[in-house]
Amino acid sequence: MSASIKGKLINTRTLSDFHGGIHPNEMKSLSNLTPITKAAIPPKLILPLQQHIGKASQVIVEVGQHVLKGEKLADADGMISVALHAPTSGVIDNILDHPIAHPSGQTDLCIILTPDGKDEWCELDACEHYEHLSVIKIQSKVREAGVAGMGGAGFPTEVKLHPPHHDKVATLILNAVECEPYITADDRLMRERASEVVQGMEIMAYALQPGECLIGIEDNKPEAITALREAVKDTRIEICVIPTKYPSGGEKQLIKILTDKEVPSGKIPADIGVMCQNVGTAAAIYRAVRFGEPLISRVTTLTGEGIQQRGNVEVLLGTPIDWLLSQYGYQAEKTERLIMGGPMMGFTLNHANTPIVKTTNCILAPSANDLPLPPPAQACIRCGLCAEACPATLLPQQLYWFSRAQEYDKAEHHNLLDCIECGACSYVCPSSIPLVQYYRHAKGEIKQLKQDQQKSDQARERFEARQFRLEREQAEKDAKRKARAEAAAKAQAAKKAAEAAQPADVNQKTDSESPITDPVDTKKASIQAALERSQAKKSVQAIEIEVPDLDALKTAWDKTQSKLEKMHDALDNAKENNPEQVEKLTRAVEKNQMRVNQAKQAWEKASASQSLEAQPSIVPEAEKAPAPDIDALKTTFEKSLAKLEKMQDALNNAQPEQVEKLTRAVDKNKVRVQSAEQALKDAKQSIQDGEL
Amino acid sequence: MALLTLSSPHAKGPQRTSTMMRWVIAMTLPGLFMQTLFFGWGNLHNVLWCTLVAIACEAAVLKLRKRPIGFFLNDYSAVVTAVLLGIALPPFAPWWVSLVATSFAIIFAKHIYGGMGYNPFNPAMVGYALVLVSFPVAMTTNWATPLPLLEQPASLLDTLNIIWGQIPITDALTGATPLDTYKHEIAHSLSDTVLENPIFGAGFSLGWEWVNLAFLAGGLVLLALKVIPWQTPVGLLVGLAIPSLLLGSDADQTAPLVIHLLSGATMLAAFFIATDPVSSCTTTRGRLIYGFGIGLLTYIIRAYGSYPDAIAFSVLLMNFAAPLIDVYTQPRTYGYVDAKRGSKAKEKN
Repeated sequence: MSASIKGKLINTRTLSDFHGGIHPNEMKSLSNLTPITKAAIPPKLILPLQQHIGKASQVIVEVGQHVLKGEKLADADGMISVALHAPTSGVIDNILDHPIAHPSGQTDLCIILTPDGKDEWCELDACEHYEHLSVIKIQSKVREAGVAGMGGAGFPTEVKLHPPHHDKVATLILNAVECEPYITADDRLMRERASEVVQGMEIMAYALQPGECLIGIEDNKPEAITALREAVKDTRIEICVIPTKYPSGGEKQLIKILTDKEVPSGKIPADIGVMCQNVGTAAAIYRAVRFGEPLISRVTTLTGEGIQQRGNVEVLLGTPIDWLLSQYGYQAEKTERLIMGGPMMGFTLNHANTPIVKTTNCILAPSANDLPLPPPAQACIRCGLCAEACPATLLPQQLYWFSRAQEYDKAEHHNLLDCIECGACSYVCPSSIPLVQYYRHAKGEIKQLKQDQQKSDQARERFEARQFRLEREQAEKDAKRKARAEAAAKAQAAKKAAEAAQPADVNQKTDSESPITDPVDTKKASIQAALERSQAKKSVQAIEIEVPDLDALKTAWDKTQSKLEKMHDALDNAKENNPEQVEKLTRAVEKNQMRVNQAKQAWEKASASQSLEAQPSIVPEAEKAPAPDIDALKTTFEKSLAKLEKMQDALNNAQPEQVEKLTRAVDKNKVRVQSAEQALKDAKQSIQDGEL
Repeated sequence: MALLTLSSPHAKGPQRTSTMMRWVIAMTLPGLFMQTLFFGWGNLHNVLWCTLVAIACEAAVLKLRKRPIGFFLNDYSAVVTAVLLGIALPPFAPWWVSLVATSFAIIFAKHIYGGMGYNPFNPAMVGYALVLVSFPVAMTTNWATPLPLLEQPASLLDTLNIIWGQIPITDALTGATPLDTYKHEIAHSLSDTVLENPIFGAGFSLGWEWVNLAFLAGGLVLLALKVIPWQTPVGLLVGLAIPSLLLGSDADQTAPLVIHLLSGATMLAAFFIATDPVSSCTTTRGRLIYGFGIGLLTYIIRAYGSYPDAIAFSVLLMNFAAPLIDVYTQPRTYGYVDAKRGSKAKEKN
């Protein structure tokens, strides 16, 4: 049979291949021989608000409220989020933290719904022909229906129905590979509802307008291929049958096989014009657009020797797994673990009381015969089988050594972060080393280290800023003290010089007397000397009269200046707290400013006239004049610096969504600090220049 | 209900390290059979004796290191080391030479570095090189004359008595190896004259060619079973063949290609010694370079050095280079334009 069918599976397309890959036992026939059955309505449904990637949905119902089947229970919160609907009619029993299916076994907010057994639909918005709808309408229908990627990742589907911003979608790929052993949910879905899948893909193609539409499917599903072939007649969809190899169903690997393109490290398929969707998602899109049905159930494979009635069931979202298994002959004694997903990438459940969610494609209850417990790990002998199997072309054996030795920089250099955790390396490892677990741990550590690094960078910046401020303040203080001391010394010197002026004249007289012997000259000289004496006396008098005057002026100026500063402060305060007083105060400030200017002018005039006669007095003027200016600048600078520190504190304690905003604010403030610092520096420089 | 939680993947392939080791041991048997057929009981005795010593040493060290003895003995790595030494040592090598080589290989070359998986050098070759340097007489005068050339081959009992020092060895039983003979005689003779020596048989090396072909056959089985990678043996044989074709094209100057390939320990080295995964390169291209280096060094030492064969030294020298080669032969990861090279510190961007 298989030979005749494989004969028909000729591809018109040249396929590429990816490096590595493995061929584990497929074990698909355990569950793919019987049609999909419908699971009963459980006595209680547990609906986690987060069944997808992105933000959790927001509850819009109340406890005690009666809801109909398909009624919206929670709304999408933001762009990357989806809505949640009632899988059947009933009463909202509670909204509480409940264990969810997550590798960590954590709890999350869930809506508990008690079905009333009537299974009564709410009104649905059906649509015969999707072509009559606008693309935007289709996108909103998919969004409203709460469709998220059903292959396992759970990415909101609506987001992937928008073509990339500046680019067209060249290739739309429907991922029908289902390469994980044991899982047959997509296989059965395609066999039984191929037309739904194909029509779902056509709706996606209508929204995205891709250059080509491909369905990638492994050659181990001949019945599904036949059904799809039938369904794609008269469409532009091309079916690409690919050789069975794990993990061909990995998005990046499938893209490589079908298009020979590689998704660059750190990028997404849309960046190279490729969009991938899962077959289950396609069927859900079809039902959402055609019948207006929200995503409230899914096909899940129940398999493994721990379950008697193995097969695929269409099960309501929120059905507790323990209840579901009890309906299908679960033999707890045969199995020690329950795996959600497949044996390669699935995770073990901590509790069976967790619910089925949008991404649950398989519940595997393996016996020791199915999946024996791993033997104890032996030493790595660097045989390199893992590197041969790695679909990302990494060197798992090296990554293992680096991860173990906590040499995370080397691990990163060996592209650890490009590991897709497919498990092929662990599968082939002859020493049975849990390699993937090491990589997960190392990835987590690297992430943590990066966060810590960012935090410590910020802390260091803050500390340095503070240190700088303290040092500068100290320097300012020292400079002030020095300036005061110098001014005092100079004033002292000026006094001495003035006192010394008298005796100097006497000396001058004797000096000028001695060489002059001519009587006329002597007479002339005595007159000259007399004139000079009176001159000197006058200048001394001038100093004696004018110095106290100058001090008085200075005091007056200082007083008005300090008053002005106080008023400025009051004004600042008012601006923040008391807007109605601002105008009044502003006027007062202006008035005072005038007074200050007058006082300053008077003082300057006085000191300038004095400086013509006494050189030293010019120095205090040059030194003192810009001083208040600097103080003001300094205050601004300090204020902005202190603000910056506070903001950086806030940033460190900030919620993730606020970080961006705060970072921008901090940057802005940094500019302010810099400009204040610059102004201060300029002012200081000008003083220095003045001194020189 | 309490469920077992385990990290994915939950499925496990059939390959096991101990199975791989057992395959390696099993595939040496054809070669060992040929050795016994052409050179007597010596190698078979050595293999058994070395195995006994290796297991004893391994168990003793594991006990000292407080490790589970049964668990580690079960990986068969000590037995592989012992078997390779037993095959490589001269058939009539005294018992204490084998003892020193094996115990040094297990205790120093392997466990001092942390046991299986942690040894930077091939343990068997470390042991071999030690006795080759320390006991040159015992290591060069105890090669057996091929049995077809002997009127009265040594019986099993004689062989045991000779190895255990009960009776002295007779000159007729031992002789120089073909590689050694060719190297020394070609200096003052022509190829045809040298090849007249009966130890060359029909132009190759009597007995040695069958031993080498048997190891080649065993090695091909290992290749087919994916127990060993193909790059290392291919690299080694190419590395040995190229210089012997280029430089040794004149058989009147140096040994010709067939003698290089089918005499000495060439095939044993290519498929069983150089392929020790722990101490060799681990990248695909790295293994080609690593094998090529061993082949090239082997040729150089055989042609210009003072030792008749050179596998041990070549392997050890390339063991030194393996980590560096690995760092410079990383493959191109999916999603990257170029392969990364070197260590992080040297990366420019």
